[in-house]
Amino acid sequence: MLGGAATAAVMLFKSSYGKMIQAAIPESVLQSADPTKTIGPPPGEIGTRSAFEHVVKKTSDISSRTPLQDLYGVITPSDLHYERHHAGVPVIDPHKYELLIHGMVNKPMVFTLADLKRFPSVSRICFLECSGNFRNSKETLTPQEICGLTSQSEWTGVMLSTLFREVGVQPKASWFLAEGGDAAIMTRSIPVKKAWDDAMIVYAQNGEAIRPEQGYPVRLLLPGWEGNTSVKWLRRLELSDQPYMTREETSKYTYAVKDSIRQFSFEMDARSIITFPAFPQQVAKGWIEIRGIAWSGWGKIVKVEISTDAGKTWQAARLQEPVLDKAHTGFRYLWQWNGDTTEIMSRAIDETGYTQPTLQQLVNARGTDMGGYHMNPITAWVIQRDGKVLFKPEKWK
Amino acid sequence: MLYGYMLCMSCKHNSNSTMVLQDTANWPATFGLGRPATQAEIAKLDIDVRPDGKGLPPGAGDAITGKTIYMAKCAACHGTGAEPMDVKLPGPALMNDSAGADRNKLKTIGNYWPYATTIFDYVRRTMPYNAPGTLTDNEVYSLTAYILHASNIITAQTVMNAASLPKVTMPAKKLFVPDNRHAGPEVR
Repeated sequence: MLGGAATAAVMLFKSSYGKMIQAAIPESVLQSADPTKTIGPPPGEIGTRSAFEHVVKKTSDISSRTPLQDLYGVITPSDLHYERHHAGVPVIDPHKYELLIHGMVNKPMVFTLADLKRFPSVSRICFLECSGNFRNSKETLTPQEICGLTSQSEWTGVMLSTLFREVGVQPKASWFLAEGGDAAIMTRSIPVKKAWDDAMIVYAQNGEAIRPEQGYPVRLLLPGWEGNTSVKWLRRLELSDQPYMTREETSKYTYAVKDSIRQFSFEMDARSIITFPAFPQQVAKGWIEIRGIAWSGWGKIVKVEISTDAGKTWQAARLQEPVLDKAHTGFRYLWQWNGDTTEIMSRAIDETGYTQPTLQQLVNARGTDMGGYHMNPITAWVIQRDGKVLFKPEKWK
Repeated sequence: MLYGYMLCMSCKHNSNSTMVLQDTANWPATFGLGRPATQAEIAKLDIDVRPDGKGLPPGAGDAITGKTIYMAKCAACHGTGAEPMDVKLPGPALMNDSAGADRNKLKTIGNYWPYATTIFDYVRRTMPYNAPGTLTDNEVYSLTAYILHASNIITAQTVMNAASLPKVTMPAKKLFVPDNRHAGPEVR
């Protein structure tokens, strides 16, 4: 039987069947036929996800990917935000935390977390996407596997311009180095212009302190730019008149474009993906609401188009308000499937007039050596006669 | 007000423009928060090295010394260079003997990295992976020299120090171009 004391601290653990369940609630109770005959746990100090829900990130050695196909709306639950770090997740005591800003400034300064929280604050909803967010190796890939390195949160913090105003950035400073306090002491060089545009120093995510995996207690946030530049566990900013050419902006996060290597490729180009129907779902003939998300690092999404005939014709999907700048935007398209084999796909169009390209258009622009970073081709799903949905991989090398 | 944003209604939100998030008109010259940084605390954290050599510390090293350090502290993950191509190492292979030849084969320091100073900066800040920040500056100079020599970029006798390292020209540097994408319809 359930006791109040036992359920006040609900824990999640893995059962012998590998399922995540609440420690205080035996599986027999979860399977209880009639919840109107059993008194449940009292109010708790912290909420839990239903033990019937098993939504998880997909992990690899270096990252874990958001289960896009399992989400509703456009806010990613913080514990399902994708992760990419270079030497694990550090433990940083917020009481000892300090941010140093120095270099080409009039007043080199140190700010504690308490200082940062006293500055005028701003909240903003935007996506964060790793520029390596692309897989297309086989038919049996889920949206999470294809492009689960994108997530969206409401971030709260102080505008970087507010801090730059405080330290007095010198006119000749054109770049700044952002450095993390993890074991990688990871660094990126960022043009100062981004600080005056919309860069933030954030300490909160979806209403609470940033999660350790997202940079606790403080991270840089560069809306619309490749996720690596939003340096987590931020400890230092140094103003400079040139970039530092760090490892992450030379040997990584660069990519072949014809006979050259493209560097400092910051903005994430417009992209979309249908998250339903998608592999491994099986659908039935009749009405299907095609659903998905679209986003652009260059601004707002203005239109998402759907094709249900392998790209021959396109129709506008309905966008879910609010449509925000540099943010995941929900789309829906009601479609009656007649049971014939077909391909469905979506393409995002942003306010700059850019239309999400096909893989072939990317090859034409970048050459066959392209790959690795900033891949945003249209994703197609094949719907077979039996209703099974498969990803359509395309080769280009 | 939209989700806590303060929208400036007078400015047009055109392509790639930035929405105004705050009204700063009545702000004071300073909020008086934070404290001045001391030179000592700046020096403690200021470990970055730029391509022009700014930030390189005193000290020196060569490839012969570097090879011994590499075999002891790096080879377990990055390989000795003798492994067959199909052996999966815990870390990426750092060297091959095709400096500048074909970047499409295996991206290594010799054929892909545009600046030699980046080797020093990166190795010092985060290597070895299982004991980051434990190498001395002389060890880092030696390792940098060894990697450059094993990539056929410098001779075994060339000493790497704050003066010589920024002068090393990497074969891949000429390939790097800044991003030429811009806001608009063109796919690039």
